[in-house]
Amino acid sequence: MTRYERIDRKFKQVGTRPARPDGVDKVTGRAMYGADLTAPGMLWAKVLRSPHAHARIRSIDTSAAEALEGVKAVVTGADFSLPEDEALRDVSVNCMARDKVLYDGHAVAAVAAVSPAVAKAALKLVKVDYEVLPHVIDVDEAMRPGAPVVQEGRSYENVPGGMSANVTSHCEFGHGDLDAGFARADLVVERSFRTAATHQGYIEPHACLAAVTTDGRADLWCCTQGHFMVRETCAALLGLDSSQLRVTASEIGGGFGGKTTVFVEPVALALSRKTGRPVKAVMSREEVFRATGPTVHASIDVKIGMTRSGRITAGEAHLRYSGGAFPCATVDMGAQAAFAAYDLDAVRTFGWNAMTNRPKEAPYRAPGAPQAIYAVESVVDELCKELGLDPLDVRIANAARKGTRSAYGPTFDEIGLLATLEAAKAHPHYTAPLGPNEGRGLSCGFWFNFGGNTCVTMNLALDGTVAITEGNPDIGGSRASISLMAAEELGIPYEKVRTIVADTASIGHSDVTDGSRVTFSVGLATIEAARDAKRKMCERVARLWGIDPEAVEWRDGAVHPAGSNAGRFAPMTIAEIAAASPNTGGPIAGHHEVNADGAGVSFGVHLVDVKVDPDTGSTTVLRYTVFQDAGRAVHPSYVEGQMQGGAVQGIGWALNEEYIYGADGRLQNPGFLDYRVPVASDLPEIDTVILEIPNPGHPYGVRGVGETPIVPPLAAIANAVSRAAGVRLTELPMSPPRVLKAILARG
Amino acid sequence: MKTIPVSATVNGDAVEFLCAPDETLLDTLRDRLGLTGAKEGCGSGDCGACSVMLDGRVVCACLVLAAEAEGAEISTVEGLAQGERLHPLQRHFIDEAALQCGVCTPGILVAAKALLDRNPDPTDEEVRYWLAGNLCRCTGYDKIIRAVKSAAAEMRGDAR
Repeated sequence: MTRYERIDRKFKQVGTRPARPDGVDKVTGRAMYGADLTAPGMLWAKVLRSPHAHARIRSIDTSAAEALEGVKAVVTGADFSLPEDEALRDVSVNCMARDKVLYDGHAVAAVAAVSPAVAKAALKLVKVDYEVLPHVIDVDEAMRPGAPVVQEGRSYENVPGGMSANVTSHCEFGHGDLDAGFARADLVVERSFRTAATHQGYIEPHACLAAVTTDGRADLWCCTQGHFMVRETCAALLGLDSSQLRVTASEIGGGFGGKTTVFVEPVALALSRKTGRPVKAVMSREEVFRATGPTVHASIDVKIGMTRSGRITAGEAHLRYSGGAFPCATVDMGAQAAFAAYDLDAVRTFGWNAMTNRPKEAPYRAPGAPQAIYAVESVVDELCKELGLDPLDVRIANAARKGTRSAYGPTFDEIGLLATLEAAKAHPHYTAPLGPNEGRGLSCGFWFNFGGNTCVTMNLALDGTVAITEGNPDIGGSRASISLMAAEELGIPYEKVRTIVADTASIGHSDVTDGSRVTFSVGLATIEAARDAKRKMCERVARLWGIDPEAVEWRDGAVHPAGSNAGRFAPMTIAEIAAASPNTGGPIAGHHEVNADGAGVSFGVHLVDVKVDPDTGSTTVLRYTVFQDAGRAVHPSYVEGQMQGGAVQGIGWALNEEYIYGADGRLQNPGFLDYRVPVASDLPEIDTVILEIPNPGHPYGVRGVGETPIVPPLAAIANAVSRAAGVRLTELPMSPPRVLKAILARG
Repeated sequence: MKTIPVSATVNGDAVEFLCAPDETLLDTLRDRLGLTGAKEGCGSGDCGACSVMLDGRVVCACLVLAAEAEGAEISTVEGLAQGERLHPLQRHFIDEAALQCGVCTPGILVAAKALLDRNPDPTDEEVRYWLAGNLCRCTGYDKIIRAVKSAAAEMRGDAR
């Protein structure tokens, strides 16, 4: 990792709150999202989906559908490659079933027709002969020997023999002597928890427009978190060269991890290839719920020992996650994150993934961490309550800090956990009085953060203004942050920079917009590209002045002689250097290509007050405060927005949201009426406190902020509800019937 | 299926179109009239992303048949700005960072304007309940409520 110096310097533009460059487009309806583009001669695609949770496909007869007037093509699993790479193969099978359907909503065929109505009518004419198989929906049931097997032969070598074939992987993290640790404790609490699968709930369903020509070139427009990922995946599934498939990312109407894979994109491409016409595919909301990635659902046991004075002596967790009908590594991240906030001598976590007949998991904001940390932070709170200790003091006493060997292995560098805990302790919210049936809860949150492959080009126009070209879809204001960092580094006004998200043919491979990586790694690459351009500008000016490049320096947006020995020259501004560039060697551009590391882990603390109605079990969130280390808040409004948005998604997860299955294995609530995400009237203000503990891995100290805020709400609210209701809640969501049942059982 | 001829006013302009009997107003706006500002988030009236004004009422365009629009006055997010001048709600949404992905924004702006047209000085609670039919998954609503209230204050002529 590169360690950057002077990251705590004063900034002129970073930290201000200018209007985002895509703001006008987005408030006038002009911004183009996935479903907003049409093409001449365009066809419409519709997808036929399995009504069964688990069934063998004996045959598919598409002849009647193909014969319908207006139908131009039908595709099934046979139209897609099965790549050797296991992960790509799973994506292929998930986009279109082969010999079996693995969950309710699994795609089995797709039609392209002259109108959506004709395409829909054609779906009814596709005859699929199913042999219905027994299904399994619950992770604990799926792990039992004798459970219906979702897929055979998918277990990794580290799974012991004798377990159900649904168990695909096992992982283990930690250090120290657990037995000795628990023996030192004055109190040991052991609890089991369950969390429901939830959906990212982005408001924009998946949508794309594909156009393949007969000579093998293809263009694809789609809403995605990563158009390079779409290119590589679709090229593999369709047998195309990546370079011949140009993918353009539309504006994206939310993703939260759910748009880090493909669903309808290869289907639209296959239909376009078969028809020679552009094909548009747009998912319905029901399809989004039934067939795109929810989170894992989880079953977790946690055991923690504590001394009377509040020192944690040992922590142990067993996590059983199901990522749906395919192998899934999300449990590894849960097992690593579970105890990340603590400095422990003895800690061990064990993770298992088991397949169930549910849709393939897709990442959702800090994937795997909210469930694990919910379980751990619930037990910590129970220990504090039993021992009569202040829950913030206990967390401060046990907090991980610089030099702590983390529970998952690495030793922490500069981290902001202690600062956020102390900010929470000093905040008036923590000591505000509570009324009857009210409770206060808190929880720490953690996310690893990520850097990854990133390319940025900075092009200088002849008038001295600047275009930044990058490859990561702007999902929540990143163009603004990137423009701010470019303007800061060059010493020019923010308005003189335009940042664009380029298509896959116009910039080098850039990893998916995930892992809270964009402001960190695209920002880093932008700053480095600007430094590259500044070096080139210095060389140009040195040439004009006839002196050594070492004899000039960059200061305040202009090139100056480096000292009195360099000669007496009037400084040249960017505008002057740009205007002279045709005579000094041609156009000027800066580049940076990097596989960035040093993302810097992120911690936050959430504080919440709730009121529980003892007659109905209904919970109202009264007050909510988020404390989080942002490293450096480049555009503080959008940092606050991440903290508020993540907190509210967590509130939904804690109180309402869940995938509900019937005995037939079908999803019973595939719509926003029955899968209830928080609405404005459910919520109070979400107060935010940004801490800035600079990340030494970024030239300005930035660390990702997007994912951590969804982690603490689950336990913070569970702890608040448990204190308000006088009974420990151990299952999410804490919907009114579940809370009422616990209150009645308490007596 | 026979198509139905419809005459209506959209954002002040007279329009005529043919629609299928089962075609939604949302599909007509987006696919026949090229007004893609209103979005389909659910198609069942639960998310509000397709909110438009129909004869002075906020409606989910996905729940209205295009044929019902005969003789109606419709306005969409595309009609909110006056030429180059943004509506105060639009400006305050940008200034307050009240959008992240922006896909719910058109519907929320249309609904918020309808609120301010009938109640120029709403409380937080009134804004929150009025917008309860408009889902936003990114912002947690906090900055949206602030933007609506600060736009309302400007429109009332209050000193900020």
